[in-house]
Amino acid sequence: MQKILIKNGSIVDPAQKINREILDVLIQGGKIAKLAKNIKTEADMVIDASGKIVIPGIVDMHVHLREPGREDKETVETATTAALKGGVTSVLAMPNTQPAIDSKESVELLDKIIRGSSRANVFICAAITKERLGKEPTEISALKKSGAIALSDDGASVDDAKLLTAALKKAKEAGVIVICHCEDKKLSNNGVVNLGIISTKLGLRGISKESEYKRIERDIQLAEKTKAAIHIAHVSCRESVEIIGRAKKRGVKVTAETAPHYFSLTQDSLAGYDTNMKMNPPLRTAEDRQAIRQGLKSGAIDVIASDHAPHTENEKDIEFERAEFGVIGLETELAVSITELIQKGILDWPGLVEKLALNPAKILGIDRGTLEVAKPADIVILSADKEWTVDKAGFVSKSKNSAFLGRKLTGVVEYTICGGKIGYKKA
Amino acid sequence: MKMNWTKKDLLSLEELSKEEIELILQTAESFKEVSTRDIKKVPALRGKTVVNLFYEPSTRTRVSFEVAAKRLSADVINIATETSSVKKGETLIDTGKNIQALKADIIVMRHNYSGAAAMLARSLEISVVNAGDGWHEHPTQALLDIFTLKEKLGRIAGLKVSIVGDIAHSRVARSNIWGLTKLGAKVTVCAPAMLIPPAIEEMGVYVTSDIDQALRSADAINVLRMQFERDEQNAFPKQLEYFKNFGITAERLQKAKKDIIVMHPGPINRGIEMSSEVADGLNSVILEQVTNGIAVRMAVLFLVAQAAESKNAENIN
Repeated sequence: MQKILIKNGSIVDPAQKINREILDVLIQGGKIAKLAKNIKTEADMVIDASGKIVIPGIVDMHVHLREPGREDKETVETATTAALKGGVTSVLAMPNTQPAIDSKESVELLDKIIRGSSRANVFICAAITKERLGKEPTEISALKKSGAIALSDDGASVDDAKLLTAALKKAKEAGVIVICHCEDKKLSNNGVVNLGIISTKLGLRGISKESEYKRIERDIQLAEKTKAAIHIAHVSCRESVEIIGRAKKRGVKVTAETAPHYFSLTQDSLAGYDTNMKMNPPLRTAEDRQAIRQGLKSGAIDVIASDHAPHTENEKDIEFERAEFGVIGLETELAVSITELIQKGILDWPGLVEKLALNPAKILGIDRGTLEVAKPADIVILSADKEWTVDKAGFVSKSKNSAFLGRKLTGVVEYTICGGKIGYKKA
Repeated sequence: MKMNWTKKDLLSLEELSKEEIELILQTAESFKEVSTRDIKKVPALRGKTVVNLFYEPSTRTRVSFEVAAKRLSADVINIATETSSVKKGETLIDTGKNIQALKADIIVMRHNYSGAAAMLARSLEISVVNAGDGWHEHPTQALLDIFTLKEKLGRIAGLKVSIVGDIAHSRVARSNIWGLTKLGAKVTVCAPAMLIPPAIEEMGVYVTSDIDQALRSADAINVLRMQFERDEQNAFPKQLEYFKNFGITAERLQKAKKDIIVMHPGPINRGIEMSSEVADGLNSVILEQVTNGIAVRMAVLFLVAQAAESKNAENIN
């Protein structure tokens, strides 16, 4: 394996409390061999990172790869290629594929696809219930044995509290984290945008904030009762942030994520019925966006994850109510985070790297998210001040349904090193 | 100073300025006379093709647009499509592009999905006129309501107008709220609580569920059709109960201003939204609304066609 030396980069690694120190990184045998000032050694490749920021590769714990089943939207290969371009070296694959990842066989099927075509590290999240229907539990210990590291019915919430309680107990025994998509479908009422002035103006059905936070409240109660660890997916509103913050203070084992669109956009972006602004949960108000930012700052929200949800143009370029929910995010999450959080003074660099890499790695129990010696060499080198404009043609993801088309962002990935190999190099 | 119309489409009243709304009303005034002539035709749109693309059943709006286009000497093609066929058939954008490829000039579209007109307009170079999209807007209906009010009362600014009925699911209500508030009227919406959409007061209206209060000092009321067929969750009040609590009756009108204007976009559910006595009474302008609809739609078709023409002229120069 190649020996790579990264010279003079400004290192950010919160696990080691390093905040923009000029250090060299030596990579050997796929691992970080040395992190020190002015390393003098022969190498197969030397990268001059002067003026660049060097961070651990992003661990994106909420990604829809669409394979198996919807290879027209995305494949493991195209998603992981997109990931590397965005500085993401590890992804957690959500189980809402066709078939759903709900059995030993389907985990093995996905694992085989990953081995055959993945360009980055893909971890598997299996379903809590068969076909994610919320009726029949999956065999959690078997799923874990075959390689799943997390459980979620993402896209759906487990309505049956008894069933979820049993699953939480089993997940705790097996040592896997349960990721909760919190939505009470009775309360979200087939809505397509946030309930309030925007649903009223546009004449669309609204999704109430209650549908999200009431279910978060319930899931936290169940976690408290079972003493199992849960992770709340895609938090979008103020009340949710407050509930999670309070639960953490009581010592509940709850962690939470938000997605870049929730800390950067508001429901005002929906004024022209742009289907690239249609996601679930929906874009909320400016007040909610502010609460999300504050939650990132305070630590109520631990993780930034993309909720990368590729859809074809045929599924998006149609009437708003018929269009699919979701947006892609792997190629923009780092730059949106820099633009909206670092530049606006909400997070500092170590704070951001915690949310993007260190915390998700810890929550998932994977040995990544840091540049410590002997860890896998997943590293991103970026020009933190360089601006670029998001353009449809620039995406390597198979789908182009980005909420940030036409936006000017700051932060360009120059190199992504994954497992000690150059996974992406900016042309 | 006379302002020019520059928009390719008419999609909503939300997106129009006060001046643009006034321009449509003025233009409509000059077209109203055409319908009183022996030969009810002017050559303003001669050689133009207007396609009425209706994804929802509609008689009065479709016929009104057809009459308007024909009085402007346009050729008119009507396409009525079953709602369900959008699921298996071609996409709306493909349908629009095919109509554009036929070299039509204006598509007048009624669609059951909110935002459909905006989506179509974005995808096409030819003009799109929104003839009602879902619960969103029905701009020409509001324009003809406002035109009628102005004709009757001489002004809009300062008028008190109450809109009564199923506000939540009404595109007529939304367009009226935008148009009336932009022109300076004070708007009240009145409905049972479950038919008032959230945060509507942020659109600049006063909200009440008390019909007598909505009537008390109003210069005009616009009574919406109750669409009981939309009541999927069986949450609406029953028809008789609605009439009892919200129906406009002669008795209720006695407590209102004597010369209060009573409007309804049609078709009326007699005995549900209003009594026949009121619908046919002296305060009612319901049939005048229908007549004015032609002038307003002539104005809209004329203005968007003119905008397209001046844009083409620019391109040639």
